Amino acid sequence: MTQSPTLSRRSTAPAPAQLRRSKRNGADARAGYTFLLPWLLGFIALTVGPMISSLYLSFTNYNLFEPPKWIGLDNYTTLFQDERFLQSVGVTLGYVVFGTPLKLAAALAVAMLLNSKRRGQGFYRSAFYAPSLIGASVSIAIVWKAMFGDSGPVDQGLSFFGINLGGWVGNPAMTMPMFILLTVWQFGAPMVIFLAGLKQIPNELYEAASMDGAGPVRKFFNITWPMLSPVIFFNLLMETIHAFQIFASAYIISNGEGGPAGSTLFYTLYLYLRGFSDFRMGYASAMAWLLVIVVGIITLIFFRTSKSWVHYSGDSR
Amino acid sequence: MTTMATPTHSAGAKAPDYNPKSESAGAKRAKSIIFHAAALVLTAIVLYPGLWMIASSFKPNAEIGGQNTSLWSNNFSFDNFVTAMEGIGGVSTLQFFTNSLILALGAVVGTILSASVSAYAFARINFPGRSLFFGMMIATLLLPFHVVIIPQYIVFQQLGLVDTYVPLLIGKFLAADAFFVFLMVQFMRGLPAELDEAARIDGAGHARIFGSIMLPLMKPALISTSIFSFIWSWNDFLGPLLYLNTPDKYPLPLALRLFVDQTQSSDYGAMIAMSVLALLPVLLFFLIFQRYIVEGVSTQGLKG
Repeated sequence: MTQSPTLSRRSTAPAPAQLRRSKRNGADARAGYTFLLPWLLGFIALTVGPMISSLYLSFTNYNLFEPPKWIGLDNYTTLFQDERFLQSVGVTLGYVVFGTPLKLAAALAVAMLLNSKRRGQGFYRSAFYAPSLIGASVSIAIVWKAMFGDSGPVDQGLSFFGINLGGWVGNPAMTMPMFILLTVWQFGAPMVIFLAGLKQIPNELYEAASMDGAGPVRKFFNITWPMLSPVIFFNLLMETIHAFQIFASAYIISNGEGGPAGSTLFYTLYLYLRGFSDFRMGYASAMAWLLVIVVGIITLIFFRTSKSWVHYSGDSR
Repeated sequence: MTTMATPTHSAGAKAPDYNPKSESAGAKRAKSIIFHAAALVLTAIVLYPGLWMIASSFKPNAEIGGQNTSLWSNNFSFDNFVTAMEGIGGVSTLQFFTNSLILALGAVVGTILSASVSAYAFARINFPGRSLFFGMMIATLLLPFHVVIIPQYIVFQQLGLVDTYVPLLIGKFLAADAFFVFLMVQFMRGLPAELDEAARIDGAGHARIFGSIMLPLMKPALISTSIFSFIWSWNDFLGPLLYLNTPDKYPLPLALRLFVDQTQSSDYGAMIAMSVLALLPVLLFFLIFQRYIVEGVSTQGLKG
């Protein structure tokens, strides 16, 4: 009856062991839920509960002081006539659509540059990663605002080359490029993930391709891209979802107003202003739910289309 | 200098007359120079905002911006930091530091406790509903946080907990940062199952297995979690903005906003000095735990 610990637990067990196992199942269920308790409590009290009540609130008029008043779909229909809302959608989409691909392209390009056994690789990797750690902070938003402000170093540097844009912060046409540069500057986090993915690609593939006379472009499209596609997919999904949620930088750079001319009125900033400045909590809840739906649809589209371009190697995953 | 072909180290059965890896030493050297030149230029660009920030924090106001584009100044001084340390709104900057530290340490303790226990349940215990809950946990990773802030605020407001640290910390003690639970689950799944089996046969229950076997082995995951939950809490702006009203409870990011509002950029130097001070712990963390942080990102896909 002595069982060696190395025996697999799925060994063909005799009846007594089966009995023991069913007893163990009950104990396991109890233990499972006991251990899961913190997460489960948080999930119900801080995620599911609030989600349901914000769905309810989105159909009401609620200002925190009087009881919510049911108004049906009014909030949703008003949203699409609200110019500020439509503007915030435009600003956010512009940021997501241009910022995210640029950031990922920079991340992939630099990862490919660094993917070689050269001295200093570790140093460069760390230096490039650093902005990702601090990029979303208030401090960096303040610095960005100062750097891109009137007669800040960026303006001065450009005028040295004869380009006179003036301050980017006060110019509605230049605020979006400024935010895109801020996100591209944080290319380090996806770069590190790309680099780890690139290291997994067997060198033999490139050697074989070289022998067949493939140039760097063909190698990139026929080896690097398909082999890296699961990592590209992961980065694209996570970065896109994160980009929708930019807040602190937008709040600080625009003094919490979304200016100039609404050019930095990001979705989350407008949601915050509606909910916590105007106390139109029903309206803000409708905005929040629209965001969830949009992000959900985008996630779904990503997963659906991924079948055609993301290749998982047979053994892993 | 020499044009002699260097032999490759891969001794496979390759055509000897066509070997892609054989390059002349000169070409190799040129490639290396190009690599370092490109990487160094990029490093300069990437680090420039940081260097500009640090340089400006030591400069007199008149020399920040304007025609003065040089990072160097002959008038470097600590004056801006002296002003920045005085604080704002009648609260000293040291108080803001203390507040940030309390919140960040609370976040670390809460996350470590709650995420490790929950992750143990997901990774090591077989119970009905496990895969369903696991799927839900993954879904919360993708859920925009903003959908819950309004109802959460309403509840905390009715409980009289606005302007306390409770709303900011309770989520940490309830494993609300799904990322850390996921990270620990992944890590635990990598530990051999024989460990639990052996302990079970010796009569150990889940509490013993978790406490005496899993926790000590999970040290790398616990360290990554601590570092990132500290930094995320330290940089968090939206949470404190929603819940804290009185300046003596403000953490640094809110204090910075107050500083920007009240001085209206009249004291540029002090504002930037305070920004530097607010980032200092994060930068120190990064210098000390650099390897851990970058490795953690590359293996776990952690966001910065």
